[in-house]
Amino acid sequence: MSKPTYIHGVILGAFCLGFGVILAATDRLTAEPIEQRALDDKQNSLSQVIPVSIHDNNPVKDTLTLNHDGKDITVYRATRDGKVTGVAYQIEGTGYGGEIRLMMAVDAEGKILGVRALAHKETPGLGDKIDAAKTDWITRFTGLSLGAPPVEKWKVKKDGGQFDQFSGATITPRGVVKAIREGLEFYAENKTQLLEVR
Amino acid sequence: MATQYRTIIKDGLWDNNGVLCMLLGMCPTMAMTTSATNGFGMGLATAAVMAASNLLVAMFRGYITHEVRVPVYILIVAAMVTLVDLSMNAWMHELYKVLGLFIPLIVSNCLPLARLEAFASKEKVIPSLLDGLFMGIGFTLSLTAIGAVREIIGSGTLFADASLLLGPAFKFMEMRVLPSDMNVLVMVLPPGGFMATGFMVVGKRILDLRAGKQISMGGAHAVG
Repeated sequence: MSKPTYIHGVILGAFCLGFGVILAATDRLTAEPIEQRALDDKQNSLSQVIPVSIHDNNPVKDTLTLNHDGKDITVYRATRDGKVTGVAYQIEGTGYGGEIRLMMAVDAEGKILGVRALAHKETPGLGDKIDAAKTDWITRFTGLSLGAPPVEKWKVKKDGGQFDQFSGATITPRGVVKAIREGLEFYAENKTQLLEVR
Repeated sequence: MATQYRTIIKDGLWDNNGVLCMLLGMCPTMAMTTSATNGFGMGLATAAVMAASNLLVAMFRGYITHEVRVPVYILIVAAMVTLVDLSMNAWMHELYKVLGLFIPLIVSNCLPLARLEAFASKEKVIPSLLDGLFMGIGFTLSLTAIGAVREIIGSGTLFADASLLLGPAFKFMEMRVLPSDMNVLVMVLPPGGFMATGFMVVGKRILDLRAGKQISMGGAHAVG
């Protein structure tokens, strides 16, 4: 072959440039719709935990950022007639397969409005029963608060608490119950700030 | 010409099937066949990427020198995957929520790369497009079959959540084959992937032997 060596570099460079341009253009073109979809998704998960009847605002837009244990937590607030009727925020628990992300909402009295699992990597068939699509286990937290049941009962039955674990999977529900308890404690600690009318 | 196309189609679907014969793309095969629907979705996304990248490589095959062909192929596959990922997220979001997880995994699949090297870099545009498409469809069928076996034994259902992937019209496909207390959970877990795939490979070879075909090993470089 009489081709000079640099020609390979030029060819590779040309392909990189060409596809780079195509990707950049696609990214620009899709950035806005993707952002819109992400917002829709958030709204969707919020509407699962905050009943429509308690608010007349858009909780996705009414946010508040609080620092808790060195982490920023974004709180979505539901208000009606200018009063805060509920707050929703994301909590994290540790399950069998790593982090479990949940969205929970609490009303002004500190009672849970709803909890949903957003993302997890639990074992299919065992730990994934925390998904509302699989079983209704996660809905039994609705209406509970830090006082009811008492704090020492906020555990799975195996640990002396009052919540059912799944047969074959204790770590997942244990992580979820702990995360929800911590979520309620977060609410109790920051109640004044959370309910403050702006 | 027509016989060449027939061979390409038959190769992709059965004779030289990416999973059951070449044993390529094992990473997504194991990871994504926990249900028939998952396998099907992963297969479809892979087929789209394979058809597009085969087409592109065949178009540019005169310009890609031998020395830099592998980086260029990887570049093309990665660009196609990103393109599919971004545009599905933007314009087919419902589908993306189900398939989204699988799409970046296509990059880790060596089947597209193998077809670029073995086929598209030597052949004309139309046969290459067909090869990519039918290799992809063959991949889809194998993954769906493996997923179906694992799902039936592991969770007792078949095509669960198919309506999420294909639209509400496909609700009829979702069925329960075995009662839920008869599940053999291990089939949904990673070992089940190896077992189901292994038995399927053996099954295909037995069928081929019965049909009097010669078994070819490592057919990645088979002539299309």
